[in-house]
Order: sequence, then C-alpha cells, then structure tokens
Amino acid sequence: MATETRTAQGASVPGGSSFSLSDPTVRAIVYQVLVVGAVVLVGWFLISNTLDNLARRSIATGYSFLEREAAFGIGEHLIDYSPKDTYGRAFLVGVLNTLKVSIIGIILATIIGTLVGVARLSSNWLIARLASAYVEIVRNIPPLLQLFFWYALVSDGLPPVRSALNPLPGVFLSQRGLIVPAPSDDPVWKMMGIALVVAVVVTLALRFWAKARQARTGQIFPVGWTGLGLILGLPLVAYIAGGAPVALDMPVLKGFNFAGGMVISPEFFAILTGLTVYTSAFIAEVVRSGIIAVNWGQTEAARALGLPSGPTLRLVILPQALRVIVPPLTSQYLNLTKNSSLALAIGYPDLVSIANTTLNQTGQAIEGVTMIMGSYLSISLSISLFMNWYNKRIALVER
Amino acid sequence: MKSGILAAAAAAVVVTASVGAEAGLLDTVKSRGFIQCGVNAGLPGFGSPDSAGNWTGLDVDFCRAIAVAIFNDPTKIKFTPLSAQQRFPAIQSGEVDVLSRNTTVTLTRDTSVGLNFAPVTYYDGQGFMVNKKLGVKSAKELNGATVCVQSGTTTELNLADYFRANNMEYKPVVIESEAEVNAAYFAGRCDVRTADVSDLAATRGSVASGAQDHVILPEVISKEPLAPAVRHGDDQWFDIVKWTINVTIQAEEFGITSKNVDEFVNSKNPDILRFIGTTPGMGKALGLDEKYAYNIIKKIGNYGEIFERNVGPATPLKLERGLNALWTKGGLQYTAPFR
Repeated sequence: MATETRTAQGASVPGGSSFSLSDPTVRAIVYQVLVVGAVVLVGWFLISNTLDNLARRSIATGYSFLEREAAFGIGEHLIDYSPKDTYGRAFLVGVLNTLKVSIIGIILATIIGTLVGVARLSSNWLIARLASAYVEIVRNIPPLLQLFFWYALVSDGLPPVRSALNPLPGVFLSQRGLIVPAPSDDPVWKMMGIALVVAVVVTLALRFWAKARQARTGQIFPVGWTGLGLILGLPLVAYIAGGAPVALDMPVLKGFNFAGGMVISPEFFAILTGLTVYTSAFIAEVVRSGIIAVNWGQTEAARALGLPSGPTLRLVILPQALRVIVPPLTSQYLNLTKNSSLALAIGYPDLVSIANTTLNQTGQAIEGVTMIMGSYLSISLSISLFMNWYNKRIALVER
Repeated sequence: MKSGILAAAAAAVVVTASVGAEAGLLDTVKSRGFIQCGVNAGLPGFGSPDSAGNWTGLDVDFCRAIAVAIFNDPTKIKFTPLSAQQRFPAIQSGEVDVLSRNTTVTLTRDTSVGLNFAPVTYYDGQGFMVNKKLGVKSAKELNGATVCVQSGTTTELNLADYFRANNMEYKPVVIESEAEVNAAYFAGRCDVRTADVSDLAATRGSVASGAQDHVILPEVISKEPLAPAVRHGDDQWFDIVKWTINVTIQAEEFGITSKNVDEFVNSKNPDILRFIGTTPGMGKALGLDEKYAYNIIKKIGNYGEIFERNVGPATPLKLERGLNALWTKGGLQYTAPFR
C-alpha cells in the first residue's frame, strides 16, 4: 500500500499556458471531452427524435398512466390486489413476484449447486458420475425448454382438481398445484415475527461482543450454538406465551377449486424448479472449480499445525475457495434473476408479464420497456453490490 | 417473444428516423414493390400459414386485397406474424404498413396508441368455452373458476370487468402465446378458456374431438369489432385501406363475385359502372388504378366469398354470418356509397 505514493517523476510539467496536442495531458482531456460529447449528442438525438415522432403520430407519452385503473386480474400477488387498483400497483405486484422467485431460487440453487459441486469431487465413483451427468444434462438444455417440461409435468402429469391426490389430511395435489393447510389468523404469528427479529439482533450483538473479547483475552465464546438457541427459542417462547394456537385453515373443494389453505401454483412451481435446477448446474461447476483451486498443501499445512478438520475447512480452505467462487457466483445469481423473465411463457405473473399487459393496454411501449429495464437494472445492481461487499469481506487480508 | 418487443421498441426509437420523413406511404410502398402486413401468427381462419406455408385467413385476405388494389398482384406482400404485444409497436414503428390481426377497435387504441381503424371486417364478441364434463350452462355459474386467457388483449380487461360486475371471483392464468394458452386449457389447468367467440371456435376446431367435448357458453360479454389499422398521419394510405374493404362489401351488395365480375363490366347500372371502374374517377381519387375494384373482386372476391372461404360453415370454424351479414340481410356490414 505504502509503495503507491510515489513522486510523479517524468510526468509532464506544466510549462505555462501553452495548448498543444503533443502534450499527453491535454490530449487525454481533449479525447475524453470528445467522447463524452459524442455520447451525449447521440443520446440527445435518440430521445428528441423519439419524442418528436411520438408527438407527430399523436401517441401518448409519459408515466401518468401508472395512476389509472389497471382493470385486469393477476393470478398471484403477495400484496392485496384487485382489478380496481392502479397500473402502478399492478407493476409492483409483478416486481414482488419476480423478487419472490429470484430470492427463493437463489437460495435453493446455491444449496443444490454446492451439494452437486462437492458430490462431483467425491471419491465414490457412482456419486461423482451421477453429479457429472446432472451438470452436463441440465446446463446443456435451454432454460425455456426446461420450464415447459416442468410446467407440462404438473399440468399433464397430475390429476384434475376434482380427483386431486390427497397424500396427507388437508394436503391436495392436482393440476391446480399443491394446496396445504395454512395456520389460521392469530396475533401470535406477529409476535413470533417480532421475537425472531429480536433474536437475530441479539445474536449479531453477541457475535460482535464475542469477537472483541476473543481479541482481548483469547477466550472463545460459542456464538453459533447460542445464536441458534436464541433464533429457535425466542419465537417458540412467544408461540407458547400466545396460547399455542393449533387451528388450521383447511382447504375444502368448493365449486371449481379449493378454498382456503395455501397454494403453490403450477406456474410458480415450474418457474422456481426450472430456474433452480438450471442455475444449480452452473453453480456446481463454480463450487467445484473453487475447491480444486485450493492447493492440497494448504490442508496438509493446517493439519501439521494441529487444526481439527472443522476449523481447517472454515478458516483455511473456504476463505481461499470463496475467493475463486464468489465473483462467478454473482454472475449466476444475476442470470437466475434475469432468466425469471421467461415466466411469461408459462403464465407466472412476473414483472415482464405484467408490464407487457400494461403496455399493450396503454400502447405506451417505450415507457413499459424502460420500466422493465429499470427494474432489472436495480435488482441486478443490488445483487452485485451485496456480492461485492461480501467478496471484499471474505477476501484474504494479506499482511 | 420478449426480444421481439424490445426490437420493436428499439425500432420505434431508431427506425422512425427514416420513416418520420416519409413522403407518403403509397409512394414508399410502390417504390418498395410490396406491402408489409402484420398478421396473427397462428389463428386458423383469420391468419395462419397453411401446410404449404402460404398465409391464409380472413385477415390475410384483406391484406391481399390491398396488395391487389395497389399492384394488381396478391403475392406482393411481406407478412409479419405478430403476437398480441408486438402488434402495436410494430405498426407504430413502421415495421408494418397495415395491421390486419383480429384487433378490436377501442377509443384508446384510436387515440393514445396512435392508430386509425378501417371498417370492421369481423363483428365479434368475447365468450367462454368450458369442458362439457363440468356441466356448466351459463357464464353466471363460473364463480371461483380458473380462467385461461392470452396476455395483452382487451379480453383480459373484459374478463375482469365481467366478474367484477357479477360479483364473482376468478383466478387468471395469463400466458403469452396462443398455442401455449390453448395447451394449458386442454390439459385441464383451467376450467374456462375465454377469447373472442370466433377465436374459441377456431381453437375448438383445432383438436380432434373439440366439438363434442367443449361447449361455448351462450353469454357474449363484450363487443369486439375487429378491424385493420394503420398509423396516424397518412390520410391517403388510410383511405386506400378503408375503401379496399368497402369494395368487398359493396360488391356483395351488388351481387358481384369473383366468378361473375366480367359480366358487370358493361352493366346498365351507372352505379356499378362507376364502382367497377368502367366509368373512371374513383380509382384516381384514391391514387390507384381505375380498375382497382375490378381487380380486388376478380382476384380476392367479395366479402361473402372471403367469409365463406375462411370461417364459414364449410370450414372447421363453422361460423354463421350472424352480425356479419350484409345490412340488407339483417347484419351490420354496410358501406358508404361509391360516388
């Protein structure tokens, strides 16, 4: 670090106010100004030309349509929505649906990917070959085709709703998806949520304190077990204190469909499974390469120092493997999020699907497309920011 | 599909640079040598390629009629299959000259989408189709049903309005492509498929035992006048499209068909002589050949012939004329006079 503050020897010395293109500093500035100017000019041309043409064809512009009534229905929504709500709220429903499938997909794909990646390195011939076959088959079939496959599996493979499979009391499996009993409304669920948040905060504080103490005295405090106890225990205490309600909202076949309970729709199942399986194959390869990248000598050295195998993995192998794993892993997370736009093909109401309906009803294609682009850009940049922060945190500190 | 929309939007940004300065679409089309027509990618009876790859259908025939009016050649067309979402960016950006793709005329499309609608080529209405096994007799019994609907159509709005007005709940399954949404319905993912009645008839006709297993409910919940559309800003082109359609209706009213049109060239009726171009004037007013009406009737036929050939009782769609009969026969097809 200290070596970077070097005196600027040999760089151009300002010789008065003479302006010459032979001066590298002047030249650099001139070129940059020219490039920026050209970019601004092209941007201005595209925008003004578009606005001009839209006005000439008397096509409406602007985002005021977001406040108008949407008047179309959406099959799945995390927040309350009815056709009486605005286009703006409909779009928000779409964004939340995209986030839902992306976040759950990223978590599942990471878990499956890690397992498969490790399995591929296994010394067990069968396990290693099975993992290889999984990776090679899954990552070489286009994701859209996989989505159609999973969707067809549910809509053609399962029985119609009136003869739904009933493997457990209250659990129904049919072309309408998986329907399970949901806990009835009760204030205790809110209390448990609060208890969970409190437990997480206390655990983080405990970890901070334990680290400081270890630095000071060298004593190790079992943060992991205490934290686990807190996170599981506090909500449990809240549940028992709230009277431990056991009432369930059981699904009942009424008319065309089941009423009550929680539903995992075939569309959500197909998009989630498709994205998870597809991305997990790539993550498996990323994990495998990360582990191989750490020299076997590191393990031997750690053992020679007397470290048990747990800390060897945690303190020696993983930090070095993660250095290789995290950057490509970020790309895979971004891919999964962006691939969720394929949901359109199988009817999962993600943000592209809803923006498409909106732009078709209002005719404002440019606004709709900018909203889609803006949303994906924000989601993707958030993921990269988080992953970059994480990458920096786990990076090896060279002393 | 998405890339199509993006491409169209990008085209709206970039291509307009050249189209914006157009002199007149008719001259552009003449120097280009063919018209560009946006059609449905796969709706039997209205717009779909046949087994030999030729585009056929009611909407397609009206495109061909425009090509005949200008070039006297029904093959001078480039067909662009468009999804429901792609169609408006495509016509707005100039990717197609005329959109003949079972598109419903509405106020917002006429105004803020920036379209001008030619006369209605098919009076349709939205209906519901269900499997006979469900035993449903009326759309009023559909409370709680799961409904398969294609995205990006007025259908989606009418569906929501109808259930709201009747205080019923429904669960939409919205899929972009016509083929996929039909597949989901036939697989049993939905109880109900909703679309324009003509579309439902085409869908039902596309599977082997469709007519025995599926029933179209009697309720028609909306008015869906389907018409070709052009961009705002070129009145001459709009006139040509409009009067090309009128020619087919007027011809049927006069009793002129593709088979007997030559008998009328020396008719005694001055109205017919003016219409068919023996007495000059009408073609010139439109900027077309004086024999344009004769050519359209000779090569494409009158409205009745187009209807019967594509969607009539002899086709798998088995649609009656109904609202689409001539005004003289109790229908709505009517044209302003040619004078």
